[in-house]
Amino acid sequence: MKELLLIFVPLVAAGAAALWPDNRTRPWFLPAAGLAHALLAFGLMLRPPESPFHAWFGCDPLARAMLPAVSLLFLGCAAYGVPYLRLRAERPNRVFVAGFLAALGLMSAAHMARHLGLLWIATEAVTLSSVPLLHFNNTPRAFEATWKYLLVGGTGIALSLLGSFCLGYASLHGGGAGDLTFAALMAQGTALSRPWVLIAWVLLLVGYGTKMGLAPMHTWKPDAYGEAPGIVGAMLAGGVTTVAFTAVLRVRAVVDAAGAGEVASRTLLVIGLFSMLVAALFLLSARDFKRMLAYSSVEHMGILSLGAAVGGVGLWAAFFHVWNNSMTKGALFLSAGNLRRAAGGRTIDEVSGMSVITPRSAALFVAALFAVTACPPFGPFFSELLIVKSTFATGHGWAAAFFLGCLLLAFFGLTRVVFAIVYGRPRQAAREMDHRYRETLAVVLPPAALLLLALGLGLATPNALREAWTAAVRQLSPTP
Amino acid sequence: MSGLLNLLIGLAMGLNLVALGTGRLPSLIRIAALQGMVLGIMPLVIEAHDWRMMVLVIAAATVAMKGLVIPALLRRAMRTANIDRDLDPLIGFLPSLLLGAAGMIGAVVLARRLPLLPEHHESLLVAGALASVLTGLLLLIGRSKAISQVCGYLILENGIYLFGLLLIHSTPLLVEAGILLDLTVAVFVTGIIVDRIQRAFDSLDTRKLTVLRE
Amino acid sequence: MISILEFLVRFAVWLLLAPLLPGLINKVKAWVAGRRGPPVLQLYYDLTRLWRKGVVVSTLASPGFIAGPAVAWVAVLAAALLLPLGPLGTSLSFRGDVILLVYLLALARFCTAWAALETGSAFEGMGAAREVSYAVLAEAAVITAVLTLSLQSGSLSLAAMLVPSAGAGAVLLAVGLFTVLLAENCRVPFDDPNTHLELTMIHEVMVLDHSGPPLAAVLHGAAMKLLLFSVLLVQAVLPVGELPPAAAVGALVAGVLLVTVAVGLVESLLARAAFRRVPLLLTTAFLLCVFALLVAWKGGAA
Repeated sequence: MKELLLIFVPLVAAGAAALWPDNRTRPWFLPAAGLAHALLAFGLMLRPPESPFHAWFGCDPLARAMLPAVSLLFLGCAAYGVPYLRLRAERPNRVFVAGFLAALGLMSAAHMARHLGLLWIATEAVTLSSVPLLHFNNTPRAFEATWKYLLVGGTGIALSLLGSFCLGYASLHGGGAGDLTFAALMAQGTALSRPWVLIAWVLLLVGYGTKMGLAPMHTWKPDAYGEAPGIVGAMLAGGVTTVAFTAVLRVRAVVDAAGAGEVASRTLLVIGLFSMLVAALFLLSARDFKRMLAYSSVEHMGILSLGAAVGGVGLWAAFFHVWNNSMTKGALFLSAGNLRRAAGGRTIDEVSGMSVITPRSAALFVAALFAVTACPPFGPFFSELLIVKSTFATGHGWAAAFFLGCLLLAFFGLTRVVFAIVYGRPRQAAREMDHRYRETLAVVLPPAALLLLALGLGLATPNALREAWTAAVRQLSPTP
Repeated sequence: MSGLLNLLIGLAMGLNLVALGTGRLPSLIRIAALQGMVLGIMPLVIEAHDWRMMVLVIAAATVAMKGLVIPALLRRAMRTANIDRDLDPLIGFLPSLLLGAAGMIGAVVLARRLPLLPEHHESLLVAGALASVLTGLLLLIGRSKAISQVCGYLILENGIYLFGLLLIHSTPLLVEAGILLDLTVAVFVTGIIVDRIQRAFDSLDTRKLTVLRE
Repeated sequence: MISILEFLVRFAVWLLLAPLLPGLINKVKAWVAGRRGPPVLQLYYDLTRLWRKGVVVSTLASPGFIAGPAVAWVAVLAAALLLPLGPLGTSLSFRGDVILLVYLLALARFCTAWAALETGSAFEGMGAAREVSYAVLAEAAVITAVLTLSLQSGSLSLAAMLVPSAGAGAVLLAVGLFTVLLAENCRVPFDDPNTHLELTMIHEVMVLDHSGPPLAAVLHGAAMKLLLFSVLLVQAVLPVGELPPAAAVGALVAGVLLVTVAVGLVESLLARAAFRRVPLLLTTAFLLCVFALLVAWKGGAA
């Protein structure tokens, strides 16, 4: 029952928000639903149900290992959303709040989908519900970004539907019933027709990889993250990508069971490293600090896919990294949103000296930068260390070296931009903006809380989480 | 049964080529709608021996959505955005027609090489699906008007639907319904965005959407 | 004796019946438009009138100006004689005669274009350029159609090729060949046989400077070409050869009449296509023939 609540609480809240008449009080729906959702998600994680709710759908170990992270990130964004939307009182927020809440409900559904068709429907619905969020700013650039998001994302997601059908046909061809539940597909195992499984794997990886933002399917990402409000960027980078990663992992488990795990690992390894390389190279030339965050997200998706490729401990570390990624991305995007509003510009040519104008947000931004570039003692350091170790342990020494090289390049790229905007002398435009924008506690606390969580994850990973990740690894690879 | 089905699929494949060759937006929408309707009646042909409730519902819903609702939404978007109805191709009509035909032949050849169940050997379903997916991608890449790209997306989706017909016995109604619903909402949302793009850029030529680039 | 008689009949059919077709087309067009239209035999009157007139030759033109239409006319007639006429069969049949037929038609086109260039006028040159460039696509379609027929009959001679019906690809082939027929004979939507507006026309512009008997040869050759394509189309699609002689003649005549009426209807109901769309239409015809070829190939393999 709780599983259904995870979906329906946000959806009902979305409906209520859509009907709520008052623009000023409507944003309070966000933290309310976010809190309820987080309590439910953590409740499910700590006290897992005996068996999955339904064959098609249920809070299995994988969902339990992922969903609370998204829920936590949403709570942070929701808390930030209230003061943010108050600042943007000139814009009607009915569609925005409803879309944001609906996205949460649909993301929960996508995490818990145990049926390929259902997974597809939920993922597509997440895409559609986040469209009105992207063009909240209503600028031509925002519409352009939204169009790219719709078109690239829509095509990718369509290909993943084709891939889902191919997997169903693999089951039919192998003498099965064409049942699209993951459990049934995994039970059929090597009986699945191999050529169709491989075709399905490619299509599904391209499809859900587009949603994740793996290179070379990442082209929508910089635009969307650059033009969307920071709160939306955080949710896309930490939530929607997690949905897609969960989908990739579920499909990969089926491919593994079908005896094509080697191929799957190799493709994930290559595409992960390629994403990291592309991201690192673009980071070196980035000038816009919001687009920079998008490339950083591409890089982290590459890290996740590398962890999934290595499997075993690497997979466990990938779950760890999902949590770290969600928390640090939240802190980064929210503090970047503050900087963006205060500075009135987005590129290093327009913005500098933010440590003078908005000292607290700037400090948070720098701290989050260190977190995201995996400096100890933040969580990402430990998860990435674990991934490197397991990469070495499985004999992919060159991949680990490549990985570290990309991390170094990305570190250079990120620090170059961040220090350029944080230090130096404030520009005139920013000084004028300064009078209008006040850095209140309400917009600083949520990113600070998320950053503290990232720190906490690194210093003392809760045992409950460790167990949840172990259970998820066990679910994905039943015979280690 | 197989003959009639293949005839319908052949018709859908022919419509692919017409879609690639057409130069007017309203006719492109009409072709996408017609193809959707042709696809909609296919479940009835496949399941001709046993018209269960589910099959009838799927067929009716598909015809209604793909053939009527979605084209109506697109036409509305076209009217409100008040756009020029000539399609400005990025890939010329002739090259795209030739590419489409080559893709169609390639699809047929590829479909023969893929391992298929005995009952699907004589069927053009896989070939038709691949050809439509290719056509959709070609339209997505090769046309610059926003609505024509949506038509490309619809044809791509039609190809996937064709492939889904292979699984008609095992895919539950709920999934089909969800897919259709998502598709419709997608077009609806696109219609809104198209309208906004028109207002913001004073044009629906996606080539003008070039502010964001690296 | 019999063979001579048969040959004469064949000759008479091509020479005498051909000018009937444009008259029929015009009648259909007039009927659709609600006019009375010119008499069906109008082309016969025109031809006799032209035959009696003198020839005006530009001082620039070489003898090629006169020779062009003459050679073209002979080439078309020779091509027509290669084509089997239902129960009559062919007068001359050998392996690969279909290739000769295609080449004879190309020769006719070359001669018309050559004569057009002889005038030294820019208009004629433009028309010749257009004619030749469209012919590239139309000929590709014709050759593909021929390949289709030869593939499904396993023969390269017209007499054997045209006997069996084209089977499942018949519809594709029929539409493709009909489009080629329209293009090759300069009918709407490729060209408008009525227009004398230089900028839009293709074929008419090439023969603008001809007069007297050469013009008669051009007009008669065009009519024969129309009949040739109609007969080819009907025999490629209908199993004429398998019917008893009387029925075969009936089917052939009915088929040709049907094609003629169809041309008339197309001309009444369609507008001339924009110039840049013409290659697209011809490519469509080509693709239809290609798909017919594939169907024939697949059918043969299965």
